[in-house]
Amino acid sequence: MKPRQQRMVLIAGVLIGVVVAVGFGFRAFQENLSYFFSPSDVAAGKAPAGRSFRLGGMVVNDSVQREPGSLTIDFTVTDFANTVPVRYTGVLPDLFKEGKGVVVRGQTGADGRFVAQEVIAKHDENYMPPEVKGAIEKARPVENQ
Amino acid sequence: MIPEIGQFALVLALCLALVQATLPLLGAALGRTEWMALARPAAAGQFVFVTIAFGILEYAFLTDDFSVEFVAQHSNSALPAFYKFTAAWGGHEGSMLFWITVLAIWTMAVAAFSRSQPEEFVSRVLGVLGIVSAGIVAFALLTSNPFLRLLPAVADGNDLNPLLQDPGMIIHPPMLYLGYVGMSVPFAFAVAALLTGRLDKNWAKWTRPWTVAAWVMLTCGITLGSWWSYYELGWGGWWFWDPVENSSFMPWLMATALLHSLAVTERRGIFKSWTVLLAIGAFSLSLLGTFLTRSGVLISVHAFAADPTRGLFILGILALFSGGALLLYAFRAGRLEAEGGFKLMSRESFLMANNILLVIATASVLWGTLGPLIITALGLGTISVGVPWFNMMFLLSTLPLVALLGVGMHTAWKQMLAAPLLRRLRWPAAIAVVAGVAAPVLVYGATSVLTIVAVAAGVWVCASALLDPVRKLVLRTGAPLTRGHLGMCLAHFGVGIFILGATMASGYNLEKDVSAKPGDTIQAGGYEFLFRGVHRVEGPNFVADEGEFELRRGGKLITMLAPQKRVYRVQQNPMTEAAIDTKPTRDVFLALGEPLGNDAWSLRIQVKPMISFLWFGAGFMALGGILAITDRRYRQLRQQQTVRAQVVGAA
Repeated sequence: MKPRQQRMVLIAGVLIGVVVAVGFGFRAFQENLSYFFSPSDVAAGKAPAGRSFRLGGMVVNDSVQREPGSLTIDFTVTDFANTVPVRYTGVLPDLFKEGKGVVVRGQTGADGRFVAQEVIAKHDENYMPPEVKGAIEKARPVENQ
Repeated sequence: MIPEIGQFALVLALCLALVQATLPLLGAALGRTEWMALARPAAAGQFVFVTIAFGILEYAFLTDDFSVEFVAQHSNSALPAFYKFTAAWGGHEGSMLFWITVLAIWTMAVAAFSRSQPEEFVSRVLGVLGIVSAGIVAFALLTSNPFLRLLPAVADGNDLNPLLQDPGMIIHPPMLYLGYVGMSVPFAFAVAALLTGRLDKNWAKWTRPWTVAAWVMLTCGITLGSWWSYYELGWGGWWFWDPVENSSFMPWLMATALLHSLAVTERRGIFKSWTVLLAIGAFSLSLLGTFLTRSGVLISVHAFAADPTRGLFILGILALFSGGALLLYAFRAGRLEAEGGFKLMSRESFLMANNILLVIATASVLWGTLGPLIITALGLGTISVGVPWFNMMFLLSTLPLVALLGVGMHTAWKQMLAAPLLRRLRWPAAIAVVAGVAAPVLVYGATSVLTIVAVAAGVWVCASALLDPVRKLVLRTGAPLTRGHLGMCLAHFGVGIFILGATMASGYNLEKDVSAKPGDTIQAGGYEFLFRGVHRVEGPNFVADEGEFELRRGGKLITMLAPQKRVYRVQQNPMTEAAIDTKPTRDVFLALGEPLGNDAWSLRIQVKPMISFLWFGAGFMALGGILAITDRRYRQLRQQQTVRAQVVGAA
């Protein structure tokens, strides 16, 4: 092959590779997206069944319950309009507290209880996840105005 | 009074930056030597005033001057002295001043070590650095002044975020900033070359050590950050594809591509416009990183402040610098002519593949970071991308990259026949295949295909990297090794070691959340953890519950583990301090969760094989870079310049 042809082969190969990679990438991107829903969205049936999503809101005061000595914890998440019961098994992040914002990732179980695989840790106790803030503001627009 | 001097020094630095940004560039364009001669003194003066400003901020921290708002927010009289020192970059305003200081250091270094270069070229480089500096200093003064007063002063400060109270924080931000900001140097070189319209092998030879130096520091900075999140965030992960991590990783990927492209430009005088584009890209991604972490569009431990005007300002700077450079590129790139060609089977081709794959990797990380932000901003739902996506995309581009790396290193420039290449590579290939299958399956038990492929890839890179040094040092054959070549081998060896660490630590990670009472013994990963109890300990500014554990294997005591759950007095945040027992072959990681009632505590246990390989691998990469900078051909450049200086001095 002449150098020119060689270069064409190289460029064609690279282009095909890039196109395939981009195609795969975007497809996988869509499959890996995780949507955020508020308790009101969940109550309205917007959240997908059988698919993982993120749920955010405030942990309701006095809602945290645990069998003594067990790793499993039950609590309720609210946006002050609706609530969703959540169950999680495992070690909680440092800043998980009643009356504070929280984001959990998981699926809605058969009994309507949200089963969390992950409770997302935040770095600052005064920090309110922006999604949670938005969800709470949306749920009670009158009081916030 | 003293903080006002700091602010005044910063204003003077801005004035000098403006001088440095205008007159030398104009002088170079109009051929006026007296204007060009202003570049170095302006850079030196700026360095002095910026250092004074930074020194005064440190002074305010060390003397607990809580009338300065920034100090009051980020320090406390009970904070240990060296955390007071590091708290200066523990918040937004201080970290911007730190950015400026680091830029002044780089500018000073360029001014000092550029005497061998044509005056016109150096004036342009320093002029471009002056523009960058003026932009950032103006940003600091207008939107993020660290010297703002808080009157009346508060009695005591709000304390430093407990997460940042860690020895890793002393060195991680400086290294990261040195690397991040150091990308401005190749950027300035590239823009200067576009302005001159001349870019030759000498230019590449000159740009290369600066790029390597910034890359080395970025490598260290990112690794330290990863190490910090591994032991300090408390839950044992070392990379989360967090947008903030990504924003330091993207410039690194781009800089790595730039290094390799520069190698081609230096040796062969080709890939010129591509090299320039990569230099612009690496710095633009650094600025993008600054924008992402400083604008409040992202929320994380690094995003100190959410203030839209700051975001807009940085976005404006980004648009101005990158847009301006790209516009210049559009007009001038045509002048950069290739000085030769190459065949398909040549080192040039492999380095081109390296560049393309690294750019694809950067593009996927960029899309994964910005895509969700864009989709959220467009109101199409609040979304995030999972870690699996990043992992897959990254592997998709890096697996071919490392496979080709082993071959490319041994391919000659211009052209090489396949037969001698294959003969040379048969041993590394054989070792890689055998080790890739044997090590995971025999030592650690059956596993996924991906693990086998990745281990083989890691061994392949290591073996291929060691081929030349072994031939020369053990078998005493082959060409002499220059430091540049040895550095390249060492850095690539580091890549291989890193791959092994990453693969083993994620492929064979054992993670277990358990509930345990004092007196219990927990079995995990062949180890026994005997829980002896929890007692209270007091630190300088925190109290902690400290667990007492015996780590045993086969009944034999290995060590005691003492994980803590701390509560810092001022901010009242709980914090997990994990206990880690490190051996070269594995880390045993134990974190204390919360009390569960009935005396029980939640615990997280992790056994991570070969995770230290990650840090060592990155360390080898950095050492390789340092070795390459000390290569003789760069020393010769410096000798030339001393000779010239002596001649000038004598005359």
